[in-house]
Amino acid sequence: MLDSLKRTWIITKREFGAYFATPLALVFLIIFVALTGAFAFYVGNFFDRNQADLTSFFVYHPWLFLLLVPAIAMRLWAEERKTGTIELLMTLPLSPGEAIVGKYLAAWAVIGVALVLTFPMWVTVNLLGSPDNGVIVASYVGSFLTAGAFLAIGSCVSALTKNQVIAFIIAAMVCFLLLMSGMDLVLNAFRGWAPQFVIAAIQSLSFLSHFEDFSKGIISLPALIFYLSLIGFTLFANRIVVDQKKAA
Amino acid sequence: MPALIEADTLIKSFGSIKAVNGISLTVMPGEVLGFLGPNGAGKSTTMKMVTGFLEPDSGTARIAGYDVQEQPIAAKARLGYLPEGAPAYAEMTPASFLRFIAAVRGFRGSDAQRRVDAAVEKTGLHSVLHQSIETLSKGFKRRVGIAQAILHDPQVLIMDEPTDGLDPNQKHQVRELIREMAKDKAIIVSTHILEEVEAVCSRAVVIDKGRIVADGTAEDLRQRAPYHGAVAIRVATDHAESVVQALQRFSSIETIETVGKANGHLQLRALPKNGMSIAAEVTQAIRESAIAVEEIYVERGKLDDVFRQITTSDQGGGHA
Repeated sequence: MLDSLKRTWIITKREFGAYFATPLALVFLIIFVALTGAFAFYVGNFFDRNQADLTSFFVYHPWLFLLLVPAIAMRLWAEERKTGTIELLMTLPLSPGEAIVGKYLAAWAVIGVALVLTFPMWVTVNLLGSPDNGVIVASYVGSFLTAGAFLAIGSCVSALTKNQVIAFIIAAMVCFLLLMSGMDLVLNAFRGWAPQFVIAAIQSLSFLSHFEDFSKGIISLPALIFYLSLIGFTLFANRIVVDQKKAA
Repeated sequence: MPALIEADTLIKSFGSIKAVNGISLTVMPGEVLGFLGPNGAGKSTTMKMVTGFLEPDSGTARIAGYDVQEQPIAAKARLGYLPEGAPAYAEMTPASFLRFIAAVRGFRGSDAQRRVDAAVEKTGLHSVLHQSIETLSKGFKRRVGIAQAILHDPQVLIMDEPTDGLDPNQKHQVRELIREMAKDKAIIVSTHILEEVEAVCSRAVVIDKGRIVADGTAEDLRQRAPYHGAVAIRVATDHAESVVQALQRFSSIETIETVGKANGHLQLRALPKNGMSIAAEVTQAIRESAIAVEEIYVERGKLDDVFRQITTSDQGGGHA
């Protein structure tokens, strides 16, 4: 068990370094911080709202993640397959699960760094007034978990193809559908023929409604279970895809 | 001593193509097995199954006694593997890449550093240690791949075309390295280069269309060459007839054929009957008849000819 954690950590360290060895992580961090700020101030009218909270900041996170997380995830496995390093990785004395979790955690950590770098927003709002910091913490947790769920999907999709652009597009599409699954856009495609419980199930997959819980300051158990089980399940699927596709 | 590499009737299909069709191998410590075959014969697929990267449709593979599918971590810990094309993380430097491999293999601190240093020393990577791997020449990339494979001094070493892309000096170095390590390890080396088999391998296995078509030493293979043991004679055209007559009386000689004609000389070739040695008879006959021959030598048979003869599949395409 301890050895397993050690190996996972070694993979995470290497992968995290790989993000920063190329401009990828830097570009991601700059764009994320710049866009979250720009959306909060110009689209969300942070100042005009005259409220000391970060609602106008967090509300755009899922939409930014929709674009940026597949960009972080697309290389995870597609690149290993394209360059053949997957053969090296899979013949080292570690389990595929350790490799998958290790790589996933590295990408998630990059997103974590991006969220940490938005701290000036938090400082600003605390200087301007006295916001409910509990709500802000919960919102950060929700934001990080949403990114994590998108990332797991992106990682799984990335193992399906050697082509990073295809991985990006499919991951973004799947994430979009999940994000919108509580909305009529998606639900109307099922209404009329699918039984009610199916529609209810699809509706319950909606990221937006779960994310809303967090942005109201509620870290609810169902929402936590939703995100963590989605991540767990998707990474499990990721393992199967890697096993199936590694040699193709 | 138990075998370090055991493959038992490995079978693998890709769609309707049977890439590997029942290959069994054992390699003992101290053996260097040359793995030969045309492109698409199933060499790489076999190696991928032996290393545990690919799961066979049926059959088993064991490394140092550990089944690669049942006990993959124990098996892989005892295995050094250079995959086809020597893949490595392009953005890393050889130094950081080798440290990563050492860490995954469970080496820590000074022990890890010692192992990295030794692998760097053996593969001559000093000059490029801190350059990113993507900027390295093909030869250096290959050496990085070899360095990661030998880093943990494994009992079993499997290398897919280790000298591909190296210049003659580097090829020589790598062959020296393989010979050095061969003492107590079991090594499989796949190659296209037949001279390599003679240079480093104690045994050669030739596969074609997913099956083993020959298994033996380089010398065993040579004996299957069409002109193995034949005696070539170059003589002035005027004397050719008397040479043929002098040789015809030997029952050990099957036929005497004329190979070519140039500058007033005839090139003859005496073929022995079923592998008998005829060199002594031929030289004696020529000495007795007092004919001046320009040149006389025993043909050893070309491995290339043997290779072409026993592998008949189309070149290229399919899974290598």
